[in-house]
Amino acid sequence: MLIALQAMTPNTIAENFNTTRQAVSKHLRILTECQLVKQEQQGREIYYSLEIDKMKEIDKWINELRKIWETRFNQLDDVLSILKTQKK
Amino acid sequence: MKTELQFDFTVNKETKTVTINRTFDAELDLVWDAFTKAEILDQWVAPKPWKSKTKYMNFEVGGKRFYAMVSPEGHERWSIQEYTSIMPKTNFKMYNTFADENEKPELPGSDWHYNFSEENGMTKVNISIYNESLERLERMIEMGFKEGFTATVNNLEQLLAKLSKK
Repeated sequence: MLIALQAMTPNTIAENFNTTRQAVSKHLRILTECQLVKQEQQGREIYYSLEIDKMKEIDKWINELRKIWETRFNQLDDVLSILKTQKK
Repeated sequence: MKTELQFDFTVNKETKTVTINRTFDAELDLVWDAFTKAEILDQWVAPKPWKSKTKYMNFEVGGKRFYAMVSPEGHERWSIQEYTSIMPKTNFKMYNTFADENEKPELPGSDWHYNFSEENGMTKVNISIYNESLERLERMIEMGFKEGFTATVNNLEQLLAKLSKK
């Protein structure tokens, strides 16, 4: 993640990858909508930088969702082992 | 024994899809029943101390399960699952929406695909959940499960205690 280090323009981001400015702008637009990056106008250029806190927040809720499923499946393991013994 | 069972969980933000793979130490017939019969679902689907309560369930294409996750304080959070495709003991698909207690859905919902396969007496389950909005995905977590997390450790302890008794 380049913009984690410094704010950049779509042009400079595109130069670092094998892609076009248009493609980069499209990704940035989505990320901006999700509030994962923020824009800053400086003269004619728009600089993009990463919203670290928002990123952490997302990471946190992904982990929480993962935990729900882990819990759920551990409970299912239990239920399955009971059902297996009932069957026998 | 538990640690040998495969579990992976990925979230793809671009495709707005959550993918979960899990292997269970049981034959396919049993695992299929556990995912498709209300009386078994209610036993495991809610992370403790939450409880799952199924008002009715018609497991057939076009049929529905109307159920609630009940908090320890007795709060009910209702959802509807509508079955859109069923291939017995292979896969099924459903459309899940949050709802009120009068069965009024809150759109949009999410598409759930379940795939089942058996190998050497173990059953692999693959679940992919497609959410129309990431916001909804976020809500899935906020919707009451928070207390479930703190209870995870307790569940695990109970589970381990039970297993060690065998």
